[in-house]
Amino acid sequence: MSSQIPDTLKYAKTHEWVKVDGDTATMGITDHAQAELTELVFVELPAVGRKLQAGEACAVVESVKTASDIYSPVTGEVIEVNESLADEPGAVNTDPYNEGWFFKVRMSDTAALNDLLSAADYKALIGE
Amino acid sequence: MEQPLKKTSLYDRHVAHGGKMVPFGGWDMPVQYSSIKDEHLAVRKHGGLFDICHMGEFKVSGSSAKAFLNHLLTNNVEKLQPGDGQYTLMCQASGGVVDDLYLYCLEEPDVYLLIVNASRLEDDWQWMLDALSKSTFQPSDVTCENLSDQLGAIAVQGPKVRSWIDTCFSSVTSDQAIASVSQLKKNQIAAFQFENQQIWVGGTGYTGEDGFEIVAPNEIIPAIWDTLLSKGHVGCIQPAGLGARDTLRTEMCYPLYGHELTTETSPIEAGLGFFVDLEKGDFLGRSALAAQKEQGVARRCVAFQMTGRSAPPRPEYAVLSDEGEPIGTVTSGTSSPSLNNGIGMAYVNKPFAKPGQSIAIEIRGRSFPAEIVKKPIYRKA
Repeated sequence: MSSQIPDTLKYAKTHEWVKVDGDTATMGITDHAQAELTELVFVELPAVGRKLQAGEACAVVESVKTASDIYSPVTGEVIEVNESLADEPGAVNTDPYNEGWFFKVRMSDTAALNDLLSAADYKALIGE
Repeated sequence: MEQPLKKTSLYDRHVAHGGKMVPFGGWDMPVQYSSIKDEHLAVRKHGGLFDICHMGEFKVSGSSAKAFLNHLLTNNVEKLQPGDGQYTLMCQASGGVVDDLYLYCLEEPDVYLLIVNASRLEDDWQWMLDALSKSTFQPSDVTCENLSDQLGAIAVQGPKVRSWIDTCFSSVTSDQAIASVSQLKKNQIAAFQFENQQIWVGGTGYTGEDGFEIVAPNEIIPAIWDTLLSKGHVGCIQPAGLGARDTLRTEMCYPLYGHELTTETSPIEAGLGFFVDLEKGDFLGRSALAAQKEQGVARRCVAFQMTGRSAPPRPEYAVLSDEGEPIGTVTSGTSSPSLNNGIGMAYVNKPFAKPGQSIAIEIRGRSFPAEIVKKPIYRKA
């Protein structure tokens, strides 16, 4: 089964996606990731104001059976989180690239973006 | 070198149905097909089919079979008439649990069937043989057979199952006491026929719903599965995986070996004293268990529910008092599909082990409020 991999986004090897808009990065997890995790029952997001390094574990998603760490694909400060995931964690499964967004970061170091994959490279990574 | 995972005779069907296969007790088993939540709710509303071929089956027979089993197990085998089953446990001298299991007294004189956990199969078999050799029973009077490789099992559970199950099996003789599967009461077992082979069906389950467990030779298990799916279509039957099996049993507060029961826990601590008959005479673990019953135990297994929004509780999370002191450990925990809330079981220090007691669960360094509740956590409306 092939998953959605929008061309306009960048991807981390750990299955997070990033939408870059000036110095703001919005991130979430990919369609491939949500399918692997199965239906989420809880999403734990970082606090607004937290400073993150690219690659740092910063969020946790829980399915019925397991908890999994989510890693920040960018370096910067968390400026906004998706509060609606508290009531609707399933939005990550049904709409991983829009309604299921996790948080936004004001990037302090855009160099980390160079380590991210294009849609084509991510597609190759997951073997689709 | 690691052993490859074993596959049941239903493996191909699980994969074809979209099963997500994961290792469990050395077997490659479906944790879910579509979603754990959907499969769980399907069992509670209509019916679900579980592959339980990985479980173990032992046959114990002979003129001293009953006496030996009464020495080996905690519950009283004398209570069983032919066609009756009981939940029971095997304990060490310390009172620690070797396994929990079901014991059935079959119609054939002096023949018993034991259904044991997949993860404990080898340990149980060795334990049983060892207990027999150390006992005063004559080897000629007790025959133990491990039929786990020959026999498989399927659980069919849900409120609609009894309405269509008779279309799948026929009686062996026209005058047998229980003539149809739907006549089986809880814990009863009887022989039935499927495609000219004899099978056993028990009125048992691990979900809290009405239902049955079918034990049959492995060669006909796939045909039985297919028949249950097709005849059960009228009752909305669907395959359900181990993930749903776990959420269903957690809602009912049924113990799972390796979690609520280990060699370091006793049935008394686990709240299973009802299945330990101290009056029946001596049995393995009796004196330790009698002492525990008399003196009390320091910790008890309780059920709890999260009282605020939180991540699900999980095994090994710490249980804290309102003051933040550690008072226990979670043994099973999940997000309950029926209640849409975090639930679980835990061992807590005796003073706190009462329904209504407020506690907290430590999840990733933060504490979240919860409350001890009566068992079972899930009750039908």
